[in-house]
Amino acid sequence: MTDRGPQKNDPIRAARQAQRLKKRYRKERRFRAFGMSAVLLATGILAFLMTSIVYTSIPAFTHHNLTLDVTIIAEEVDILRDDQGLVTNVDANWLGFVRTALRDSFPEVTSRRDKRDLYKLLSIGAPDAVRDAVQADPNLIGQTIQVRLPLSDDIDLVMKGLIDRNLPETDRLVSDRELAWLDKFIAEQRVSENFAIQLFANGDSREPEMAGLKGALMGSLLTMLVTLLISFPLGVLAAVYLQEMAPKNRLTQIIEVNINNLAAVPSIVFGLLGLAVFISFFQLPRSAPLVGGMVLALMTLPTIIIATRASLASVPPSIRQAAMGVGASRLQVIMHHVLPLAMPGILTGTIIGLAQAAGETAPLLMIGMMAFIVDTPTDVTSKATVLPAQIYMWANNPERAFVARTSAGIVVLLSFLLLVNGLAIYFRKRFEKRW
Amino acid sequence: MTLNFLVICLISLGVYSFLFGRYRIRKVTQQVSVKQHSRDVYHATFLAACATIVPLIVLIVWSSLSPLVLNGLLEVQLQNMVGAATVGEMGVLIAQTKAFSAGLLNPAFVSDDVKQAASYYESLQAASDTGRALLVLAIGLVGLAFGSRFLTVRFTARHWVERLATWLMIGASVIAILTTIGIVLSLVFETIRFFDSVSVTEFLFGLHWSPQIAIRADQAGSSGSFGAIPLFAGTLMITLIAMVVAVPVGLMSAIYLSEYATPRLRNIAKPTIEVLAGIPTVVYGFFAALVLAPLLRDGGSDIGLTVSSESALAAGLVMGTMIIPFISSLSDDVINAVPQNLRDGAAALGATRSETIIQVVLPAALPGIVSAVLLAISRAIGETMIVVMAAGVAANLTANPFESVTTVTVQIVMLLVGDQEFDSAKTLAAFALGLLLFIITLGLNILALYVVNKYREQYD
Repeated sequence: MTDRGPQKNDPIRAARQAQRLKKRYRKERRFRAFGMSAVLLATGILAFLMTSIVYTSIPAFTHHNLTLDVTIIAEEVDILRDDQGLVTNVDANWLGFVRTALRDSFPEVTSRRDKRDLYKLLSIGAPDAVRDAVQADPNLIGQTIQVRLPLSDDIDLVMKGLIDRNLPETDRLVSDRELAWLDKFIAEQRVSENFAIQLFANGDSREPEMAGLKGALMGSLLTMLVTLLISFPLGVLAAVYLQEMAPKNRLTQIIEVNINNLAAVPSIVFGLLGLAVFISFFQLPRSAPLVGGMVLALMTLPTIIIATRASLASVPPSIRQAAMGVGASRLQVIMHHVLPLAMPGILTGTIIGLAQAAGETAPLLMIGMMAFIVDTPTDVTSKATVLPAQIYMWANNPERAFVARTSAGIVVLLSFLLLVNGLAIYFRKRFEKRW
Repeated sequence: MTLNFLVICLISLGVYSFLFGRYRIRKVTQQVSVKQHSRDVYHATFLAACATIVPLIVLIVWSSLSPLVLNGLLEVQLQNMVGAATVGEMGVLIAQTKAFSAGLLNPAFVSDDVKQAASYYESLQAASDTGRALLVLAIGLVGLAFGSRFLTVRFTARHWVERLATWLMIGASVIAILTTIGIVLSLVFETIRFFDSVSVTEFLFGLHWSPQIAIRADQAGSSGSFGAIPLFAGTLMITLIAMVVAVPVGLMSAIYLSEYATPRLRNIAKPTIEVLAGIPTVVYGFFAALVLAPLLRDGGSDIGLTVSSESALAAGLVMGTMIIPFISSLSDDVINAVPQNLRDGAAALGATRSETIIQVVLPAALPGIVSAVLLAISRAIGETMIVVMAAGVAANLTANPFESVTTVTVQIVMLLVGDQEFDSAKTLAAFALGLLLFIITLGLNILALYVVNKYREQYD
């Protein structure tokens, strides 16, 4: 005890203490509020990101069409028939038919420039719609048919209210005259809003209303297939070796350090590797899912190895000892007992690794998988693009309607990833064994 | 014979060998009364491996090397036909020849030399394909015949198969090393070639970056300058902004979720925050470029600030968001690793919860948190899509976060996207930047590991 011991009844001291305690509790509450707001901020950003993207994507899922009476003049249609006399192909100046139909709707439009403006109401995909209708039913040749033709992207934006009609004409992408024509069609109830099947049925296009994700989806699928076929067997083999068989020596140690480092290498460096080794040295084709898949496989390999090792490590040693006790060899123990028991965890890790690879863009830019490719790729060596690269290209496109298109692409990509990750969680919940 | 057909042939050969091996060992066993050493399936696998492994290796080696050899032969042939040509002209001729033989060029636009070379190239290709098919199938059949002679009752087929499996596993593990070697070699070689034309000091300490190399020699402004300092400054600024967002938010949410939150809230909030980590970076890039950047620009002009529409701020903020779950889940792990009795001790001394956290838990978890932040910085430096879409292209040396800056990764993409001559200084510069990026991220990772190992407290 010092000379000034505690004086329990000192009122000044007690008041000071109470004040200090209050301050400390205030600080405590403040700290807690900080923590709470950090969690809220993080989840709030996620919510804002998702809603803003889903909201901007909504217009892209529908498109406005114009129902027009198009006369298919029989003399101008070439019909190709096979041996049985069935129609295999029809060919004609479909654009001409469409233009005639437009001119017939507005007989007062005569000068060439006005006509050209009139034609611009419709998308360049309109003639294809006529062709498809005739191809489906050749009996229509020679008749006047009602066809639903896609409107051009700007007109579509007007219909969706994304281009403000009340702006002065000079600030608007659509002229007053075009609006007048459009209003006449609306009054005749010829304009309808339909699901934009083009978004999933078409390949890429310079015209937003005709651009679709089919090619990119197919490219992603092929790329993921290559990635899976390479990274899954290699990753599982390597993990089994490192976890179950490898002697503790220098080589093993180097490999382990290496795998951990590879997991942290920026993805773009893998792209440089692919460019220098696969494309420049081995002369594999540019823009091909084969090369993309190989690059992504190297990138996914560490993820799969680490997940597989964790999963193998969670299988209790008693299983191994029991199998060895009845005379199984080391490989038999692994193949017959450890690996099947670890499989759910391995599959979960693989799915998560693949989902990461499916969203990866940067390394694929390096090996040319962001070219403008209209055709749907058919095999792993044909030119292709992938979904994230397609999103990147659309995001760079200056046309207004591509903003919604891009968001729609993102929504498709995110739904795919959600599905895949949900699958992984399901696997884990359904098959995971706790020892 | 095409590659696909050859692969199908090889697979059928493997299947046939497997079935044949099983049939054969059963027959052999029936004739004698000795007990078999290995089960049928090992004999069958042994035979299938004999018939397919060597041919498969030959197939892979041949297919990956034949383009190089064919190219060399074609070049010799073209040189004989056209005479001396510069490297560039030769490249054009070779490309033309290949395109013509692939049917991509209209015959009207192609010179006779090229047509002749194309037919030569096609004959070479046909010879290569036939040779490959014959060799692969011959080796396979020989392997089958050779292997089937071993299949006797006491043959130790299981040992051989297990040995093979072990080697396969070792091979798969070595791929990881090969990948690293491949990365280092490809980056180092191209970088050395880059430093033939640009000096190391100019690259590392130069203040001016404009990699516009002229396509023709007489073009104006033909010399590009490759000073990487502005790129590093830009990368640093965006990384800094990202960390200013990610470290407090990530750390505080980790603390709240592990120390304060009820299990129910934790079970909902933790996976929700981790969803942020699963979003592809191209989505963040789109968000930064098309949602946040216009917002910042308009908001800035409302309060009298000029914010560029490709500002470092937008890219940095969004990148910070991307990194939040990275920091929060790593910190969560280390905070949970701090033993409970430390907290109990502090509580016994009368500390409030926040005092316990700030004065006891955080110091104990500090090495782990520092290493998490280092790993997050390495992530941010290597991140590509967000900055490609939201940050600028022009290399400004500025400290103003409202202006547009460019980063190392943006420049790598800008230099390499599109069809380019592989040998120009412009392309090689991308590899030099890539090497620097690789070294920096690797260094940060090693540092993070070192911090944890050196300063970690061992509790028991």
